[in-house]
Amino acid sequence: MEGILIAVLILMMAGALYALEAKDLLSAVVSYGIVGFGLVICFLLLQAPDLAIVQIIIETISLIIMIAVILNSTREEIASRQRSFVVAAISLIFALFFLYIFNQATGALSRFGEHTMRMASAYVQGAAAKTGSANLVTGIVFDFRGYDTLGEATILFTAVMGVLTVLRLRGRKAAGKKEGAE
Amino acid sequence: MKGITVIVRKVSQLLAGVVFLYGIYIIVHGHLTPGGGFAGGAVISGAFVLVILSFGSEIQKLNKSETRSSLLESTGILLFLLIAAAGFFLGSAFFFNFLPKGTVGKLLSAGFIPLFNIAVGIEVAAGLLTIFLALLIYKDEEDR
Repeated sequence: MEGILIAVLILMMAGALYALEAKDLLSAVVSYGIVGFGLVICFLLLQAPDLAIVQIIIETISLIIMIAVILNSTREEIASRQRSFVVAAISLIFALFFLYIFNQATGALSRFGEHTMRMASAYVQGAAAKTGSANLVTGIVFDFRGYDTLGEATILFTAVMGVLTVLRLRGRKAAGKKEGAE
Repeated sequence: MKGITVIVRKVSQLLAGVVFLYGIYIIVHGHLTPGGGFAGGAVISGAFVLVILSFGSEIQKLNKSETRSSLLESTGILLFLLIAAAGFFLGSAFFFNFLPKGTVGKLLSAGFIPLFNIAVGIEVAAGLLTIFLALLIYKDEEDR
């Protein structure tokens, strides 16, 4: 299973790199989709169907929206980037820095496959009896971590408010009516 | 926004109902099988996006449904808060599971978790649909 996982991860990296380099924006978006759908396969391999369902739906909808945006605006990259030595050096330094931090952090984690720690095992053992929910994820999300879920729902609510505020549908409509009346 | 060809229309006509039903199934069985409010709500909004993209719609109709979905989204999160607050008043604490738990594995079990799933499902479905409609209406208004 780890072999398949590594192969999928390499494919995802290739898709992400091609999305950065592609001249045609439509093919960039499509190759970016490889990252999202590869992540779905990773979630399924790691036995997280809850995440896989959400990821596949959200990935599809956001891909549709991005393709609609590109078809309606432009497929060409507007300005070609100029690569300077300073930018490359800075990004290399940061990449090495983050690689070092990442290496340190993964050393502190428990081994692959032994992910249930003290808190998680306490959740998993009593969850079905305590919450009465056969799906432990839902039981934990809505019962043990209700505040967390309330925060997530509020994030989505705020995101919708933000989109409506930026696009200003209502305000612009009212202004249009006034112009029509004059 | 205009619709797409007759083949796409027919296929989406056949599929949209099934997708919608699947979303409802995921929400209602959220405490039994993988999925739940977030996943099911996203599936339901996907069904609406499918229909709108393939059939197209006039801007007046879209404006009306945008108002409704935005209203429904606010109702969803209000419902979530009200159920959580009901735990405070009927039980002992905010988010207290005050309903009987039932047997694990039955559809009617797990106390108020199914109700939370339904509230979150309404909120997510209406929220994603509202974002999609807002972008679509903005584009249509720019074109005119």
